[in-house]
Amino acid sequence: MALLEVADLFAGYSAENVLRGVSFSVERGGITAILGANGAGKTTLLRAISGLLRRRGSIRFDDQAIERTTTEDIARLGVGHVPEGRGTFLDLTTEENLRIGAYTRNDRRAVALDLERMFTYFPRLKERRRQQAGTLSGGEQQMLAVSRALMLRPRLLLLDEPSFGLAPLVVQDIFRIMRGINADEGVSVLLVEQNAALALELADRAYVLETGQVVISGSAADVRSNESVRRAYLGF
Amino acid sequence: MEAFLHQVFSGLATGGIYASLALALVMIYQSTNHINFAQGEMAMFSTYLAWSMIDAGLAYWWAFLLTVAISFITGVVIERIIIRPVERAPVLSVVTVFVALLVIFNSVAGWIFTYTIKTFPSPFPEQPLFGNRYISSHELGAIGITLGVLVVLYLFFRFTPLGLAMRAAAQNATSSRLSGIRVGWMLALGWGLAAAVGAVAGMLIAPIVYLDPNMMSGVLLYAFAAALVGGIDSPFGAVLGGFLVGVLENLIGAYVVGTELKLTVALVLIIGVLVFKPTGLFGRVFVSRV
Repeated sequence: MALLEVADLFAGYSAENVLRGVSFSVERGGITAILGANGAGKTTLLRAISGLLRRRGSIRFDDQAIERTTTEDIARLGVGHVPEGRGTFLDLTTEENLRIGAYTRNDRRAVALDLERMFTYFPRLKERRRQQAGTLSGGEQQMLAVSRALMLRPRLLLLDEPSFGLAPLVVQDIFRIMRGINADEGVSVLLVEQNAALALELADRAYVLETGQVVISGSAADVRSNESVRRAYLGF
Repeated sequence: MEAFLHQVFSGLATGGIYASLALALVMIYQSTNHINFAQGEMAMFSTYLAWSMIDAGLAYWWAFLLTVAISFITGVVIERIIIRPVERAPVLSVVTVFVALLVIFNSVAGWIFTYTIKTFPSPFPEQPLFGNRYISSHELGAIGITLGVLVVLYLFFRFTPLGLAMRAAAQNATSSRLSGIRVGWMLALGWGLAAAVGAVAGMLIAPIVYLDPNMMSGVLLYAFAAALVGGIDSPFGAVLGGFLVGVLENLIGAYVVGTELKLTVALVLIIGVLVFKPTGLFGRVFVSRV
């Protein structure tokens, strides 16, 4: 049984639906990538899973229906969400941002250890520990957003365009750490990306979203060799 | 010189009370971007509650603590029942709700307790402490309690997980919810805290201005001025603004315009800040990179 199973999902902001009957899954311990151009509905998909907008259809997380669950409770079930725009608490310090991520946890010792773990993943964050998060660079804020979500000790991590607006080296860093976290801690990942080449390198399954519908799906290798994906998304 | 110092100290005493009320305003403003116009009347009602308990024979400090607790709960309940349904309403609707709350508290207080002015006891001795000539015991006590409240609030917001979560919820509701914080309850807690702080302010000012349903109208105006002078989104600014306004009010009243025009000082300050420096002394200058 997959960790996340979405079937026939409709969602949108006003009366109109951006997503029109999307179905896909994320395996336990797997990394699923959702590819698509601007406006295909990628961010909407993640926001619908987290309950940030009106949705209809079936969303099952760990065999539990969550399509009527509130955002707060979905987070408490173990879904970490790195939102579009990073969602930094600008006036709080870097460390306070991380502590917010661990808000629902009561194991203070383990939280302290996790905090140190984030600082070993991203030493830059340690240097900026007491600094206002609003003064961090874009790349640092992305590191912070990923770390904040990880402080929740999620079983599933939703990543919204982690490469957006970042220097290639920073992106490589973040993707390397994502792979490590997935392999060592068994955190499953749902990754939404415009950079298809990068995403397909990391993922084991992939879906291509066009105007709110899945048009291509399969293993990452299959999708990578798909002729229309190569032309439209990989630049061949 | 003695008279001058006396003005300064009593200004600090009332200033501390303005600071508390200004802080209550700022706490709600930070999380909702609304000014709670009913904050003063809620404090007035709390003070009547304390008066009834003392009148019924309860010891002052028990009445004080009970009043703070009841005010806290009332604040939470008001947010849950009255404010929450208009959370997404246009600004004007929310303002209308606040003004309605103000009128309701005012007239209900008048109806239950009548508009006759009552005296409200001070828990502090009548003789000035330590034989000093500059400041009365009540003023000194008021400053002490105000500073105590401010320190407790600071420690709460700065060092407890709940305080941190409340600050987070005020700043970025979506990110907070994604971290599992129940943002709705954080807002309600904010209302509870603001109401509790307001109650303390009401009980401390009542021995000075006497107890009647309109006792807070002037005080609220000074608190507005304090919050604006300090910067409406800065808790530190509000506190500092409170003390500043309290002292200014006294000095300008005593040496410049006379006591009849004291309230005008508050209005002039409000207008002056809005015209010349709308962010106030400590208002936020955005430091952020994208």
